Amino acid sequence: MAAETAATPAVLYIDLHLIHEVTSPQAFTLLRERALSVRRADLTLATMDHSTPTRTSQVFGGAPIAIESAARQIRELEANCAQFGVELLGLTSEQRGIVHIIGPDLGLTQPGKTIVCGDSHTSTHGAVGALAFGIGTTEVAHVLATQCLLQRKPRTLAVEVEGTLGAGVTAKDLILAIIGRLGVAGGIGHVIEYRGSTIRALDMDERMTVCNMSIEAGARAGMVAPDETTYAYLAPRPRAPQGDAWEQAVGDWRTLPSDAGARYDRELRLDAAAIEPMITWGTNPGMVVPVTGSIPRQGSDAVIARALQYMGLEPGAPIRDQPVNVVFIGSCTNARLSDLRSAAAVLRGRRIARGLTMLVVPGSQQVKRQAEAEGLDRVFLEAGAEWRESGCSMCLGMNGDTVPRGEYAVSTSNRNFEGRQGAGARTLLASPLTAAASAVRGRVTDPRELL
Amino acid sequence: MEPFTTFTSRTVALPATNIDTDQIIPARFLTTTTRAGLGAHLFEDWRYDERGAPRADFVLNRPESAGCRILVAGRNFGCGSSREHAPWALLDHGFRAVVSTEIADIFRNNSLKNGLLPVIVDEPTSAWLLGHPGTELTIDLATTTLSLPTGGRVSFPVEAFAQHCLLNGVDELGYLLSRTREIEAFERRA
Repeated sequence: MAAETAATPAVLYIDLHLIHEVTSPQAFTLLRERALSVRRADLTLATMDHSTPTRTSQVFGGAPIAIESAARQIRELEANCAQFGVELLGLTSEQRGIVHIIGPDLGLTQPGKTIVCGDSHTSTHGAVGALAFGIGTTEVAHVLATQCLLQRKPRTLAVEVEGTLGAGVTAKDLILAIIGRLGVAGGIGHVIEYRGSTIRALDMDERMTVCNMSIEAGARAGMVAPDETTYAYLAPRPRAPQGDAWEQAVGDWRTLPSDAGARYDRELRLDAAAIEPMITWGTNPGMVVPVTGSIPRQGSDAVIARALQYMGLEPGAPIRDQPVNVVFIGSCTNARLSDLRSAAAVLRGRRIARGLTMLVVPGSQQVKRQAEAEGLDRVFLEAGAEWRESGCSMCLGMNGDTVPRGEYAVSTSNRNFEGRQGAGARTLLASPLTAAASAVRGRVTDPRELL
Repeated sequence: MEPFTTFTSRTVALPATNIDTDQIIPARFLTTTTRAGLGAHLFEDWRYDERGAPRADFVLNRPESAGCRILVAGRNFGCGSSREHAPWALLDHGFRAVVSTEIADIFRNNSLKNGLLPVIVDEPTSAWLLGHPGTELTIDLATTTLSLPTGGRVSFPVEAFAQHCLLNGVDELGYLLSRTREIEAFERRA
C-alpha cells in the first residue's frame, strides 16, 4: 500500500488472512477493547486445528472435548467469528482442516497474493508463488482491524536444486537436506525462492512440503514461481477465479516469476541425485543425517552433547535400526493426499510392529474423504494404525494427542524440539515413506528396502 | 503502551543456542484465551521436573536470578513457532530485554510490539556476557547502547520505527489506523 522509508516500514496490504483458535483470541479481545471492527471479513477465513481434538467421538459424536481449556478456546473462536462476521469452517464442517492445507485445497491460496496467519508454517502457501508468512497475535489484530501490516523488505536467498531425486527420496528429504545445509538460523532475515529443475518437477503437494519448512531454516517465507503445474492445480478449486476472471488471473500470474538473471543476496546449490532419505537425530531440524548415516559423536560440542543426552542416543551409532515406539503421519508438512498415498503404498499388505502405536491424521476433512474414497483408511486400519479426524494432532501436543515421555517417534511433522510432541517426547523427523517403513519394522528403516 | 526508557539490571545467562519458543512456553499452555499469567510456565520443562518440583540446577530457579530483567542467551534465540505467548511469558516473568548474537525474526517482531527489547550484539560481547552472568548492564534505547560496569559501551541495531514507537509509547495499530484514508484509496484502486 505504501513503500518503506528510512523512518517507517512499508505498509503491506494483505490479500488473505487465515485465523485459528490458538493465536486469535487475544487479537479479538484487542478489537473489542478499542471498539474496532474487522475491516475485510471477506478476506478473512477462520478454522480450527491446533487445539482441536482428532477423535471422532469428540468431533462428531457429541462426547465432550477432553481438554476443557481447548473446548473454551474453540467456543471462543465460534463466538468471535459470529460477532465480527468472519466465515468459520467450524468443528463439524466438511471443509475444516489444518489451516495451511485448506487454503490451497479451496483455491484461496493464489499466486501473487500476500497471505498471513498467526502460525509460522504459513510459509507453506508460498508453493503457489504467494508471499506468505507467519505473524504474532498483535499483528493478527493489526490485519483484522486495518488489513495491513508494517514490514521491512527482506533479503533474498535462492536455493537452486538441479537433477532428479532418487527412488524413495521425497520432497521432505529434500527440505531436510536443505535445512541441514543452511542450519536453523541460516535463513534469518531472508525469503527463500526454491528454483531449478528439481523444484520445477515437483507437484504442488511436494512444493508445499518444501515451502512449509522454510521457517525451520529461520526464513519467514519460501516460494516457488508459479507455472503450468500451479495453474493445473488451482483451476478446479472451488474458490479459485472462474471463467473470464480465471483467464485474466493466469495472465497476471504469468508475469510473477523472477526475471532471468535475477540476482539474490545469497545463493545455495544442491544436487538432487546426491540426496538420500533423511532423518533427524537431535532436537532441531538442522540436526539431520541420511538414513544410511550415523548419529554424530559429541566431541567437545556442547550443543550436540545436550541434544544427544535429551534424545538418549548412542554417539557414533548408525541411525538405522534405532527402536521406534510411535509413528505419526500428519501435520501441515505431510498430511496431504499424496503423503497418505505414499505411506499406504508401504503399508499395503503389511502390519505395523508389535507394541508400536501409529497415528494417521489427514490434513483436512476433504483429504480424509478423498483418502477414504480410495480405500487408504482400510490400508492403515488393517495395518494396525489409527485413522483420525483432521487437525494438527501430535505435531505439537496440545490437543490430546501426544508422544509419551521418553518414547521415540518417527514423525512426518516439522519440529523435533525438546518436548514438542509432549513433555519428554523424542522426535525423529522423516518422510511419510520412511515413517511408514519404520512402523513396519519398529525400527528406523530405509524405505528403499520396502519399496 | 508505556514508553520504554533506560534501565539497569543484572543479567541471567542461558548459553544454549537455538532456544525455540516451545522451550520458552510449551504448546500445552497455549490453550488460554488471555495474555496474563504465562510467566508461571516460562521454560516449564527446564524449570520443573516431571513431578512439578523445581530443578535446582536451572538458572531461573537460583536465588541470584530473582529480579533480573535482562536475559542473555545463545545464538538464534526464539526460533520456531510464531506464538506471541513467548514474549508474553518472558515479560510476565519480569524480563524487559533479551540479548543474543541472533534473534529469530518472528520472535523479534513480537517482542518489539510488547516492549520486550531484542538486543543483538557481536560474538565477543555475547561470549563475555554469557561468561559473566549476573553482570549489571544498562540498556539505553534512545542511544541504542548497552553499557557494561567495566565502562565498555556496545551499540545495537533497532529498526527505526520500532524504536520510535517504544520510546514514545506509540502503538503501531494506532499508526496503521491513522492511515485509513490511504488504505481506502488503495482498496478502490485494487
